[in-house]
Formats: sequence, structure tokens, C-alpha cells
Amino acid sequence: MTDAPLIEIEGVEKYYGDYHALRGITAGIGAGEFFSLLGPSGCGKTTLLRAIAGFEDISAGRILIAGRNMDGVPPNRRPTNLVFQSYAIFPHLSVAENVGFGLRRAEMSTADKRRAVGEALEMVGLGQYGGRAAHALSGGQRQRVALARALILKPKVLLLDEPLSALDKKMREQMQVELRRLQRQVGITFVLVTHDQEEALIMSDRIAVMFEGEIAQLDAPEALYRRPASRKVGEFIGMMNFLPAQVGVSGVTQGGIAVEVAGLGPTVLQSAQCPGAARPGAAEVGVRPESLTVLFDEGTPAAHRATGRVDEITYYGDMTYYEITLEGAPKSVQVSARNMPGRRLLDRGETVALAWDPSSLVLFC
Amino acid sequence: MTARPLFIFAGLYLLVLYAPIVLLPLFAFNDGTVIAFPLQGFTLDWFAALLDTPALHDATLNSLIIAVSTAVFATTLGLFAARAATRYRFPLKGGIVGFIMLPLVLPEVIVAISLLVVLMQIGIDPGLWTIILGHTLISTPFAIAILQGSFSNMDNSLEEAAIDLGETRWGTFRLITLPLVTPGIVASLLICFTISLDEFIIAFFLSGNAPTLPVYLWGQLRFPARLPVVMALGTILVALSVILLMIAETYRRRGLRRAGLKDTGGFL
Repeated sequence: MTDAPLIEIEGVEKYYGDYHALRGITAGIGAGEFFSLLGPSGCGKTTLLRAIAGFEDISAGRILIAGRNMDGVPPNRRPTNLVFQSYAIFPHLSVAENVGFGLRRAEMSTADKRRAVGEALEMVGLGQYGGRAAHALSGGQRQRVALARALILKPKVLLLDEPLSALDKKMREQMQVELRRLQRQVGITFVLVTHDQEEALIMSDRIAVMFEGEIAQLDAPEALYRRPASRKVGEFIGMMNFLPAQVGVSGVTQGGIAVEVAGLGPTVLQSAQCPGAARPGAAEVGVRPESLTVLFDEGTPAAHRATGRVDEITYYGDMTYYEITLEGAPKSVQVSARNMPGRRLLDRGETVALAWDPSSLVLFC
Repeated sequence: MTARPLFIFAGLYLLVLYAPIVLLPLFAFNDGTVIAFPLQGFTLDWFAALLDTPALHDATLNSLIIAVSTAVFATTLGLFAARAATRYRFPLKGGIVGFIMLPLVLPEVIVAISLLVVLMQIGIDPGLWTIILGHTLISTPFAIAILQGSFSNMDNSLEEAAIDLGETRWGTFRLITLPLVTPGIVASLLICFTISLDEFIIAFFLSGNAPTLPVYLWGQLRFPARLPVVMALGTILVALSVILLMIAETYRRRGLRRAGLKDTGGFL
């Protein structure tokens, strides 16, 4: 693909007085992509989204949409539409009037407008609700009205500002799947702001993880999870254990990086497993809870083994999380095990064998 | 029952508060020139007397002109101030808003005397316009208080959403902002009108030879024979005030309902 991305964000800076909210953001968002801006509150993700929508001026850099510089273009003239965190449903209008609001200035016959509103409501599963008063809707319905209202204008980009945060857990999970399906169906570029890493992993094609006004890592969900570029990203996305490690003095060779990991022992890692440059000395190794496998049958053959003591048990129904202190490690690690039929739960204080694989480790120097 | 003394207290309190006002219509319809019990019988003479008193008609006209102008000016000023106070951040905002609200607690006599002194100094004769000025000064805080409620009940992102959907700033104001704060505007107009209609002290100091209704009423008190007529006029004024305030409150509540919000007690 040699086409330029649909949205080009080039060296964008934003100051609020002395506060440096965006520190040189550069990213390209492709046409038809489901792109997420993920980060803790105050990381600048909403500011960036509002800058794309045109509600925030940027202090430096530029934003191009479909090759056109958006500098000085007001929100009502941008090919973007925004779904607000509060949904911003107009309370004095009916559902159909809300959805059709953006068509007021369109050159269409009344019949065509009515049909378009009907189709938009149909698309979000609210076909029968056109005549309802907007303030009589539930949270999930408001969310759908906000989506239909934004999508009816067929924008090049749909921007979503934490659209699911006001919904309860069940509704949120349902809407995650539905949003994804809707995005594939309409083929419009979605840019989602969220602080929920699980939500971002489920829905996105690519995720930009932001900390303190900077993009820490921009990757597909799986790459982000398996190969976090920094300890901070690893901690933020899912759960990650960190074990102290020592990179050998002979250090980095053609064959890989020789590392001594507390609790796991000596091993050799590939350079791809070490974001940044590996250098001899103290380091840390990150390992996901599911990458440490409890050997319920001691006799199971495993190339790499470790031993530890179970300190704490957290039962989730389908999964159990064990807090295990590995022999030779200064603190405990989280280990997850799927609760399969016939598999017993471990006891507190029990000593267990664990299998692990060097390819699942990430080295942070 | 430990609550009984409290009930008695509350009953007495209401009696002291409202009994004199109940006497007003009682003697307005009483067929006798002396304000004393026992009542003499039913008559509408006093209300009829109101109709053929030209001085009263002039005072009524003055009052209406002043009250309508005050309502419009105070509400317009309040609209700008309330929007600024709820939508924008600017230096010294707290101080400025506090300063605008100050007439709410200033003694009216002080306001009236100071205004009179200032107007005399710059050589403006007292009259309708000076009363409108004084009434606007004391009504604006009420307008701001009511309209601030309307604006702060309104989600900021509603205006942004309309602009995002392609509307212009003016279109957004007309289609979104105005319909949502209209009940507040109506409530503010009615309350400012009522405040101005009933106000006496400022009107008394600044009226010159154009008395308002309350000033006219006060003047009539010098003639004991006119007392029942004053009672009749007072009855009309009380009834009018109560009705206007009820309409204002109805509009305020309708606004809340339209915005889909819970009533949190409100201004009245």
C-alpha cells in the first residue's frame, strides 16, 4: 500500500498556558482503520481527538485529512464527526430529529431525508424509536442515537470520545462487539479514545498508547501485548510480571542475548525480544501470567522449568490466578491457569513446577 | 408527640406572616369606610372607585412601562452575564460575578439615595428612566441567578455537537441554546417584572412627578377615606404578583423537564 494515510498527524504540539499537553505527536491513520488512542486520564488522548475534530487549536505541527491541511478549518467544515462522551443528545428534539439534525443543510428532498434517518436508525437497531422523545431513552439507546446521528453524514472519519464509559459492564461488552461490526459494515475510519486497555484490544486494528502527551507505542493489539516497547506499556496493557535479570558481560552476540533471570535461570533471548538496545548489566524481564504454565502433572516434559510456592489464590470461574514466589526470585509473580474439567485447584503453600518458554519473555534494559 | 409544639409554632408563624395579607381582600370587599371589625357587608364599590381615578391610571401606566422595560433590560444583561459566567473562564471571574450580584444584599435605601445623589450631580432629572435604571440594577442579580441555572443545566457538548454536525454558531444558538434556555428567560422576565412592579423605595426616591403604583398607594394613605380603595388596589397587586410568580415557576420546571433533569429546588 503506497497511498498516504487518511489522517496524517505531523509533529503536533499543544500547550495550555505552561502545560504541555501534546508533545510532538506523529502518526498516520489509514482509511477504513479502527484506530484507538489508549492511555490513562490526562495523557492527552482526548485533546488529540478534539484537535482532529477541530475543537482544539494546535500550537505546532499539522493535521491533514485526505491530504488537506485542517489548520483553520472549523469543526463544521471538517470531514469528521464526533460521538461525545455524554452523547450530547439534544433533549428537546425527538430521536428522528436528533438523527436528522446534520441533514438540515443538505440539499435533499424531505422524503429522502426521512428515508436516510430511517436507514440510520435501522442500522443501529432503533428502527421503531424515531418518534420517541430523546430524553426518554436509556444509556445504550442514547449511545446508538449518537452513532446514527454522526454516521448519517457519511463522514470520512468518525471520532469517538470514550463512548462506552457511561454504560454498565454487560452493555459495554455488547456495544464493543456491535461497534466493531458497524465499523466493518460502513467501512468508515473510526478513531476511538479510551482508557480501558481491554476495550482497545478487543476493538482496534491498531492502538496508539499515550503517556504524558507522547505516543509510547503504536502497534496492532497482538504486537502491543506480546512485545511492549517499554515496561510502562507492558504494565498498562494487561498484566505483566517483572523479574530482575542480569545481562551477561559477554552480552550481546550473534546468537542472541545471554540473560540470567531471577527465578527462571539462565537463558538466551533474541534481539527482537529486547526493545531498545541490550547492554550488559542489571535489567528486567517481563512475562505474562499465561506464559508461565503450571505443571499439574509433575511428570510432564518441559524444556524450561521453574519451581515456586503458591502464596495466594484468586478464583475467577473460567480462570484461576495464582500468586507464586519462584525459587530465587525476590517477589511473587501472577500465574494464570485455565480451569479445565478434571483439573484441581492448587492449595496455598503448595510447591509447584512451572514450565516457561524463552520466546515469551521481553527484556527491558 | 414531640412534634406538636413545632406544629403550633409553624402555624403561628404562617398566621403572623399571612394574616395581614388576608385582611387586604377582606376589607377591599367590605361595605364600610372604617377598617375595623365587624364587617359591614359585601361591595364592589372600592374596585369601581379605582376605575374613575385618573391619577391612579397614570401611576399604573408608569408602573407597567417601568416593569416591562426593567424586565427586558435585566434579562438581557443577565443572559450575557450568565452565559459568560457558565461558559468561559476569565481572570477575576469570581470577583466580577460577586460584584454584579451585590445589589441583592445592599440596603435599597442606600442604593436609592446614592443613585439620587449621583443623578442630581450629573444633572439628570428623576423620572421614568431613572427608576428603570434603579430597578434594572436591583433585578439583574435575580435574572443572573435564574439564567445561570438554565445554562449550567445545559451540557456544554450540546453546542459542540450541533457545530460538529455542520451548524453555524448562529444556527446552534437558535436551534439548540435558545430553546433550552427559553424557559429560564421567561421565568426571568416574569420575576424581574414582578420585582419592579412591587418596588417602593427606589421608585419613591427617583420618581419625581411620575409616581408608580406603590408610590401612589403610599400617597393615598394620608386620606383615611381612601383606605378601602387602597385595600382594593393592594388586593389586585398581590393577586397579580402571585399569578406571575406561579407562571414563572411553571416555566422554570418545564425547562428542567425538557432538559431531562431532576428538580433540585431551584431559585424560588
